[in-house]
Amino acid sequence: MIVGVLKEARAGESRVSSTPATVERIRALGYGVVVDPGAGAAAGFPDSAYQAAGATVGDAAAADVVLGVNAPVPAQLDLVRPEATVIALFAPAFDPAMVQELGGRPFTALSMDAVPRISRAQSMDVLSSMANIAGYRAVIEAAHEFGRFFTGQVTAAGKVPPAKVLVAGAGVAGLAAIGAAGSLGAVVRATDPRPEVADQVRSLGGEYLPIESPEVEVSATGYAKEMGDGYRAREAELYAAQCREVDIVITTALIPGRPAPRLITAEMVAAMRPGSVIVDMAAANGGNVEGTVKGGKTVTENGVTIIGYTDLAGRLPAQASQLYGTNLVNLLKLMTPGKDARLVLDWDDPVQRSITVVRRGEPAWPPPPVQVSAAPAPAPARAVAEPAPKKAPATARQRFGGAALGALALFLTAAFAPAALLPHVTVFVLAIVIGYYVIGHVHHALHTPLMSVTNAISGIIVVGAILQIGHASTAVTVLSAVAILLASINVFGGFAVTRRMLAMFNRS
Amino acid sequence: MSATTAAQAAYLVAALLFIMALAGLSKHESARLGNAYGILGMGVALAATVVLAVDGDISAAGIGLMALAMLFGALIGLRKARGVEMTGMPELIALLHSFVGLAAVLVGWNGFLNVEHDPDGHEARALDALGTLGVHHAEVVIGLFIGAVTFTGSIVAYLKLAAKIDSRPLMLPGKNALNLGSLGLFAALTVWFTITPELWLLIAVTALALALGWHLVASIGGGDMPVVVSMLNSYSGWAAAASGFLLGNDLLIVTGALVGSSGAYLSYIMCKAMNRSFLAVIAGGFGIEAASDADTDYGEHTEITAESAAELLGSARSVVITPGYGMAVAQAQYPVAELTSKLRARGVDVRFGIHPVAGRLPGHMNVLLAEAKVPYDIVLEMDEINEDFAKTDVVLVIGANDTVNPAGAEDPSSPLAGMPVLTVWEAGQVIVFKRSMASGYAGVQNPLFFKENTAMLFGDAKARVEDIVGAL
Repeated sequence: MIVGVLKEARAGESRVSSTPATVERIRALGYGVVVDPGAGAAAGFPDSAYQAAGATVGDAAAADVVLGVNAPVPAQLDLVRPEATVIALFAPAFDPAMVQELGGRPFTALSMDAVPRISRAQSMDVLSSMANIAGYRAVIEAAHEFGRFFTGQVTAAGKVPPAKVLVAGAGVAGLAAIGAAGSLGAVVRATDPRPEVADQVRSLGGEYLPIESPEVEVSATGYAKEMGDGYRAREAELYAAQCREVDIVITTALIPGRPAPRLITAEMVAAMRPGSVIVDMAAANGGNVEGTVKGGKTVTENGVTIIGYTDLAGRLPAQASQLYGTNLVNLLKLMTPGKDARLVLDWDDPVQRSITVVRRGEPAWPPPPVQVSAAPAPAPARAVAEPAPKKAPATARQRFGGAALGALALFLTAAFAPAALLPHVTVFVLAIVIGYYVIGHVHHALHTPLMSVTNAISGIIVVGAILQIGHASTAVTVLSAVAILLASINVFGGFAVTRRMLAMFNRS
Repeated sequence: MSATTAAQAAYLVAALLFIMALAGLSKHESARLGNAYGILGMGVALAATVVLAVDGDISAAGIGLMALAMLFGALIGLRKARGVEMTGMPELIALLHSFVGLAAVLVGWNGFLNVEHDPDGHEARALDALGTLGVHHAEVVIGLFIGAVTFTGSIVAYLKLAAKIDSRPLMLPGKNALNLGSLGLFAALTVWFTITPELWLLIAVTALALALGWHLVASIGGGDMPVVVSMLNSYSGWAAAASGFLLGNDLLIVTGALVGSSGAYLSYIMCKAMNRSFLAVIAGGFGIEAASDADTDYGEHTEITAESAAELLGSARSVVITPGYGMAVAQAQYPVAELTSKLRARGVDVRFGIHPVAGRLPGHMNVLLAEAKVPYDIVLEMDEINEDFAKTDVVLVIGANDTVNPAGAEDPSSPLAGMPVLTVWEAGQVIVFKRSMASGYAGVQNPLFFKENTAMLFGDAKARVEDIVGAL
C-alpha cells in the first residue's frame, strides 16, 4: 500500500502530516510514501529531504492511505480513491457539516482528534501533543508582547522583579505553559478545578491555587467539565484577585463540545496593569477572556494586550509536524499489525472505533463512549458499608493515665503476692519487657528462624523435667522422662533447623 | 560455691546468652552468631541442671532414664531438622510447639504428684512452712492449663498445615461463648483447686484445656495460620514460664517470658499486616460472610502464554516477583530462583516483594527463597517495595491473591478494606500465576485479575515458571 502526504490546502497552515523522519518510520512498516510537491515547504522540509528519506514526489491524494493535518478540502477529497483511508483532523465533534460531507463519500475517514484518552492511546493523542506545543508557544508569544524580563534580576541599572504568570487550567497546554514560563524565570501560579493536578503543577515549579469548593471534580472523560454556580463564584473571586496582581495570564480552559467557559471578564482585564499580556488559548472556541479577537491581537484601553491566536501549535511548524507525524506513525503501527503494508481497521478496538468517522462510505459517527478516567465512577445506589470510625489515637495524657493505672494494678498485685513469689515476678516482668524490645528489631526475613530459635529455647522446660526425675514415685520419673524426651526434641531440633535455615541466607 | 549457687550463676549466664541469641537474630549478618549464642546458652543451662540433679538425691535409674531420654530426643530432633522440607517448616514449628506444651503439662502433673498428691512429703512441708502452698496449687493449675491449650492447639495447627485435616474454620454454634465459657470455668476450677487440691479437679482442668486448645485453633482458617503459629509460639513461652513459677526456677521464667513476649509481638505484626485485631483473628471465621459482591461484574480477564510472558520478561528492565502461599504449595521456589538468576544475568533488575502474611508462617517466603539460593538483599518487605511498583516493568504474582488485592486499598466495602497490600497494579504489566479464577483465602474476588495491565497465566506455578525459564 502507498501512503500519501497531502500538501495542506488551508490558508496559513504551516504544518505537514509527515516529516522526513516519520516517513522513514512509515516505510519501516512496509508502505511506500508519496508526498505532494512542496508539502513540507512551510515547515522547513524541502521535497529533496523527503526524497532522501525514501519518498517519491507525486499525487498524494491518489494513495491508499492519505495523511493530512487539517481536513482535506473537497477538491482534494474528490481525488481520493473509493477504497482508500483518509487520516486527518476532521474535528467531527465540532463540525457536523464535515461529518455530512464525508458521509457522502465511499472511502474510510479517521479523525486523529477523536483518539480517546486512555493510557494505551497516549502515543496517538494529537490533542495532547499539539496542546503541549501550543502551551509553550503561548508563553513565547506573551514574552514577545511583554515589555519586561520574565526573570527577576538585580543589575547595576537597578532591580527587576520577576514577572508573575497565572495559568488557568492545568491540562497538557497549561502544564506546558507552566513549565515554559517557569524556565524563563517567572513566578508561576496555576488554577484548575481538578485538585488532583496540584502535584503536577508543583512538579513543574508552579504554585497551585485551589478553588475551595465542595464540588470535587471527577471526570469520566479525562477532560475538565463545566462546574456549578457556587464554584463559579469562588473562581471569579480568585481570578479577580489574581488579575490585579499578575503580569501575564494564560487561559487554557476548554470543555469538549461546548463554548469555552468565560473565566476573565472585561472588569478583570480593566483591573490589570498596563503592559500586561493575556494569551487566550481557547480563542477558537469563543475564548476564556471577554474581548478576545479570534485569530488576532487587541490592545485594551488600559494597555493590556490580549492575544487570541488560534494557530499557536502551527507557529512551531517543524516541531508540530514532527509530533503530529509521530502520532500518525503510532496509529499506522497499531493498524498494521503484520508490518506488511496492509492497513487493517479493527472494529473491536475502542481506539480505532473511536476515531472512525466513515467506514467504507458508511457513516460511523458518533462512536460509543469509552470510559477512560483512572478514577472509578462512584458505584450507583449500592449500599456501601461505612468504614468503622477510626479510634482517635490516645493523647499523651490518656496514655500516661493508662500507664499509671497499670503500674498501680501491678503494684497492688505484687504487694499482696506472697513474699516468696516476688523475686520471680520481678524477673518475669523484666524479661517480658526485654523480649519485647529485642524482638522489635528483628528483620522481617528472619521471622521464621526467630520462631525456630525461640522454639528451641522454650525447650528449656527440659530443665524442669530434669529436676523432677528420679526423686520420688515411679510415676513422676516416667512422666519426667517423657517430658525430657519431648523437650530434647525441641531443643536439638529447633537449633539444628535454625542453623540449616540461616546457612541458606546468602547475599548476592 | 555450692552446686546450687553454681547452677544459679550458670542460669544467669544462660539467660543472658538467650537474650543475645534473640538480639543476634535481628540482622542477617549476626543471625548465625545469635543461633550459636542460643546453643551455648542451652548447653550451659543443661550442664548446670544435670550437675544439680546428680548432686541431689537422684536415683541411678533416674540418671539413666534422663540420659536415655535426652539422647533419643536429640536423635529425633536432629533427624527431623535435617529431613524437613522448607515448605514444611510451618508444620514442623507447630509440632515443636506442641512438644513444649505437652512437656509443660507433664511437668505440671509432676508438680501435683510431688506436692499436692503427697501432702506429707518433704516438698509439701517445705512449701507449707514458707506459706506458699496455696500459690503452688494455683501454679500447678495455670501451668497445666497453658501447656494443654498449647499442646492441642499446636496439634490442630500442625494437622491443618500438613493438610491432614480440612483447613477451613470449624464453625460451632456460639463458638465465642464456648471459648469465653471455658475461660470462666477454668478460673472457677483454679480457685476451687487452690482451696481443695483434689485429683479430679486437675483432671477436669486438663480435659477442659485440651478441649479449648483444640476448639480455639480448629475455628481459625488456614490463611490466618501466620498469626496462629506465632500465637502458639507465644503460648509455648508462657507455658515454660508457668513451669518456672511452679518449680521456682528463674531461668525457666526468663526464657519463657522472652519467648512469650516475642511470639506475642510477632502475632501483633501479623495482625497489623492484615489490618485485623488479634481478637478478630482468634474469633476466627474470616471470609464466611464475604460473598456480598459475588454478582459484581469485573469485566474480562486476559490470558497469556508462558512464551509471551518470557518475551515480556526478557525485554523488561525491572521485574518484581511477589510470591504467596501458592508458591510454597507448588514447590515453585527453585524454578523461580532459576528464573531470577537468568534474568539477572541478562541485566534485568529482579527483586522480590514479600507481604508480611504471605505464606503460613511469619517469614515463610524468605526461608523458601533463601533455600533456593535467592540472595536475601533482593528480597524486600512490602513497605520497602511498594513505592517502586510504578517504576517496575513487569510484576510476577506467584501464588499470591489477597495480599495483592486492590480492594484492600480501594474498596471500602470489601472485607479486605484497610489491609495493606502490595500495589502491584501500578506496574506496567502484571502476570498472575494461578490455577483457576477461584477467589483467595478471604473469599473475595480480586479485581486485579481484570485490570487492563494484568494477564493471567493459568496452571501449576512450578510448571509454568519452568516453561518460562525454558522459553528464555
